[in-house]
Amino acid sequence: MTEMLSGGDMLIRALQDEGVEYIFGYPGGSALHIYDAIFRQQKIEHILVRHEQAATHMADGYARSTGDPGVVLVTSGPGATNAITGIATAYMDSIPMVVISGQVPSDLIGTDAFQETDMVGISRPVVKHSFMVRDASEIPAVVKKAFHIATTGRPGPVVIDVPKDTTDPSATYAYEYPSTVAMRSYNPAFEGDSQQVNRAIEALLAAKRPVFYVGGGVIQADAEDALRALVRAANVPVTSTLMGLGAYPGSDPQSLGMLGMHGTYEANMAMHETDLIFALGARFDDRVTNNPDKFSPKATIVHLDVDSASVDKIICSDIALVGDAGWALNALWDAYQARDAERDAGAKEKQQQDMAQWWEQINQWRSAHGLNHNMQPAAGQSILPQLAIQTLYRVTKGDAFVTSDVGQHQMFAAQYYHFDEPRRWINSGGLGTMGFGLPSAMGVQMGNPESVVACVTGEGSFMMNMQELSTCLQYGLPIKIINLNNQALGMVKQWQDMQYGGRHSQSTYSDSLPDFKTLVEAFGHVGIRVSDAMELDAAMEAAFSEENKNRLVFVDVWVDPHEHVYPMAIKGGAMNDMILSKTQEASS
Amino acid sequence: MRSILAVLLENEAGALSRVVGLFAQRNYNIESLTVAPTEDSTLSRLTLTTSGDQQTITQIMKQLDKLVEVVRVVDLCEGEHVERELLLIKVRAEGAARAEIKRSADIFRGQIVDVTAQTYTIQLVGPSDKLDAFICAIDDSGVNATILEVARSGVSGVGRGDQVLAL
Repeated sequence: MTEMLSGGDMLIRALQDEGVEYIFGYPGGSALHIYDAIFRQQKIEHILVRHEQAATHMADGYARSTGDPGVVLVTSGPGATNAITGIATAYMDSIPMVVISGQVPSDLIGTDAFQETDMVGISRPVVKHSFMVRDASEIPAVVKKAFHIATTGRPGPVVIDVPKDTTDPSATYAYEYPSTVAMRSYNPAFEGDSQQVNRAIEALLAAKRPVFYVGGGVIQADAEDALRALVRAANVPVTSTLMGLGAYPGSDPQSLGMLGMHGTYEANMAMHETDLIFALGARFDDRVTNNPDKFSPKATIVHLDVDSASVDKIICSDIALVGDAGWALNALWDAYQARDAERDAGAKEKQQQDMAQWWEQINQWRSAHGLNHNMQPAAGQSILPQLAIQTLYRVTKGDAFVTSDVGQHQMFAAQYYHFDEPRRWINSGGLGTMGFGLPSAMGVQMGNPESVVACVTGEGSFMMNMQELSTCLQYGLPIKIINLNNQALGMVKQWQDMQYGGRHSQSTYSDSLPDFKTLVEAFGHVGIRVSDAMELDAAMEAAFSEENKNRLVFVDVWVDPHEHVYPMAIKGGAMNDMILSKTQEASS
Repeated sequence: MRSILAVLLENEAGALSRVVGLFAQRNYNIESLTVAPTEDSTLSRLTLTTSGDQQTITQIMKQLDKLVEVVRVVDLCEGEHVERELLLIKVRAEGAARAEIKRSADIFRGQIVDVTAQTYTIQLVGPSDKLDAFICAIDDSGVNATILEVARSGVSGVGRGDQVLAL
């Protein structure tokens, strides 16, 4: 017998039927029918945040770390607008998310009613798609479509705006959750052109200096196994975007680390000198390419992306592969094995020689200007932020989920923490959202309750969403927050040092910072402060100790405020134009 | 390069705003835009003219295609096509100018659809450049014909021959 449910109950039932575990949200007038429906069920747990932006970042962290879509519920007006930053963050990084916003009743829409805002309009540029519920009976189908759109093709956030009258408990409807979706206007390509796969493999076998440039698309598609098999068999170097770290193991010798504006010397040199780029689930972002006109002058470019609009947008490809990265990498791996088996011994030997030469060159670059992953603390010296990340890496055995905020600490974490598995490095790459770190760590911890979750942040970013310390206490989230405290907006200050004659316009506030140790204690958590390099190890060990296993620990690490992030791309240059230190440049 | 993009769009509230928003958001220009339902009431057909190099036009088409409510996109300028635009132009027509304006309208195969003692309203259908030429002709006629008002529909078009844009 079909059940008769109100719109509000249908909405929550549809989320249950979709397999949703958590809703991250904040109640308000227009969403109260929905909140009442949540109260009357047990299957889905609602996590009450302290600010709607944090709800979106929590859902985002949950989605990035588990691969399942994050779900957000907010009320109309300010609830909806507060969610926008988090929606835009998810949009820029292609994260599957469904955001349900309450709306004023249908007959009040357009009247400037209390807490009315045009959510569909405001969110339009930062969503993959959006729906406005016109009639309660549409709710199950709309939810089904929203999840389908959010999770397929190039994933992204989808908004469902729900006028209050459509969730009215007094009107009921026959509930049935659709088992399939048919949309004539939305059929994302999954499988691409197998001819292009073969062409790509021919190019790979003919290349003398190939490099794989791997982005977040490989992680989204859970395609790391085929990637790793292909990379190892072909003995090619791999560099990763900020979003792609972990797709290929960061501690593996074939990994060149991150490329781009703050990428490693060897990765950027390899990208400039290569004769073949395999761009896999990456989109030639401006933080990667530097000046596109000077980008990798000698390379043939193979570009795999699930979004055809990413192909030939910034850099024109020679071999385009449009399709799911999982499909493509498996197809590439199969084609490689088949083609490799046909090759004669002479051809194989020739290629091995070419690769040996290429690796010799790369290892020269690496030993000349590679990152120092083995820094040692020295007595009486301030803590270098790089050392703090290395200590975190050692103490967590390289096995933590690490979220970050945005700025210098983010780049140090990306450079110095080797991620050996996908979905372990969680950060706002595209939008660069300060305030992302703590709430995303909360979402990661909800999705991975048994895992160690660290949030690498800076005092500037942390203060943008620190109210969530209260939420952490409520839900017992034992996150370890590593605050690289340089008493300034470090990346802004670095640019001001380098490009504005050291004029620190509005980037310092050292005389007004809170005592973070006392602050987190006031929120009911554990605070540790460390400023002596010789005590860093002990502080980090204490944070991750058995004693603090179930506590949120905030380690306030006072780092050298003068440190800059290097290498740094020289503006307007090619990828091999880099500033290597305060006194060294490398240029073509 | 000028392009005429014909777009089949789900006939749903908000679909048009996504198309227009895309152009604003990505800094593409729209020279003209026209939209109306088709014989299938669930579909609207939108025709817009834009310009840019080949890479820009391709990118515009891909971005349009990504919009969930866009069903199909074609660039009519990629093949043989028929394009038409409707012009309604109101001109002050007094004294000697009256006859001259009427003659120009005849030459361009325009029709006078409204008349007062002082004005003519002329309807003209054709490719956009013909409409441009007619407006110039009135402007430069040397008989003191003042253009009072111009209303253009924007371009509509279809491919020639067997090419059909439908589901």
